[in-house]
Amino acid sequence: MDGAAVLERVRARFGAGVVDAHDHRGDHTAIVARDAVLSVLAWCRDEPELAFDMLTDLTAVDYLRYPGREDGPRFDVVYHLYSIPHNHRLRIKVRVEEDDAVVPTAVGVWPIANWFEREVWDMFGVRFEGHPDLRRLLMYEEFVGHPLRKDYPIERRQPLIGPGA
Amino acid sequence: MGVGTFFTSQLDAAIGWARKYSIFQYPFITACCGMEYMAVACSHYDIDRFGAGLPRFSPRQADVLFVVGTISHKMAPVLKRVYDQMTEPKWVVAFGVCTCTGGFYNNYATVQGIDTIIPVDIYIPGCPPRPESVLDGLMKLQDKIAAQVQRY
Repeated sequence: MDGAAVLERVRARFGAGVVDAHDHRGDHTAIVARDAVLSVLAWCRDEPELAFDMLTDLTAVDYLRYPGREDGPRFDVVYHLYSIPHNHRLRIKVRVEEDDAVVPTAVGVWPIANWFEREVWDMFGVRFEGHPDLRRLLMYEEFVGHPLRKDYPIERRQPLIGPGA
Repeated sequence: MGVGTFFTSQLDAAIGWARKYSIFQYPFITACCGMEYMAVACSHYDIDRFGAGLPRFSPRQADVLFVVGTISHKMAPVLKRVYDQMTEPKWVVAFGVCTCTGGFYNNYATVQGIDTIIPVDIYIPGCPPRPESVLDGLMKLQDKIAAQVQRY
């Protein structure tokens, strides 16, 4: 199934749950409402014609002061899905407001989401509701803030030892 | 020069000569420079010609700490601890530009030069350094070891 057909199936099944969709050079993206994202993900995995059995990546994007999106939600949480039996892909995005940066966890759908979500929490400060163990993954526990946020000062360091510690 | 000074200086020279050809290194390898380190260690460049062919994977048995690759702030306490565990006399080689200055990683994660944490004897810049520059650095380290005055 090509990307456009996959997208069409998702739209037909979820209707208003799919807020927007686009494709860029053959990569198809569905932007999904936060309330619907868990059921979309689970359905994409279980529907035999889609069979997205692999979550290849889960990450986030900070659109702070991004041209054309100054007023929109600050973060996108991005899921990259891949189907090994069908060899097709789909990208799913969820838009998240800064003051309500919470997304339901996908650990129940793909266990690999556990560490991906910890990484997103560590780097961007987006929380995942229902995550079994939402601790920092890359940075040390003493670290304050979330370094991949665009408003994290680029010169700010938090050394554990040595000068500045 | 008194008789005592004569003997200690000759003893220094003998000890220095012996030490510079029996460098037991501790390779602290964290990043891509490790590939170049392996090239130096293998037969094309053959670090064993300089008596540095036997890495020890316990800091307590090592003479020279080779810090090979980017050191993050999270890794810094580990590096310090490994250095502290090494017995005297000990030397440190900063292998690659990341260990010398932080290299092009100027961000929240990277230590801007390991000499902010531990003393460094030889800096080998390069991203990664060619094996020839590593061997050049090693020979400079040998000169430094040979010239070292002992504390009796």
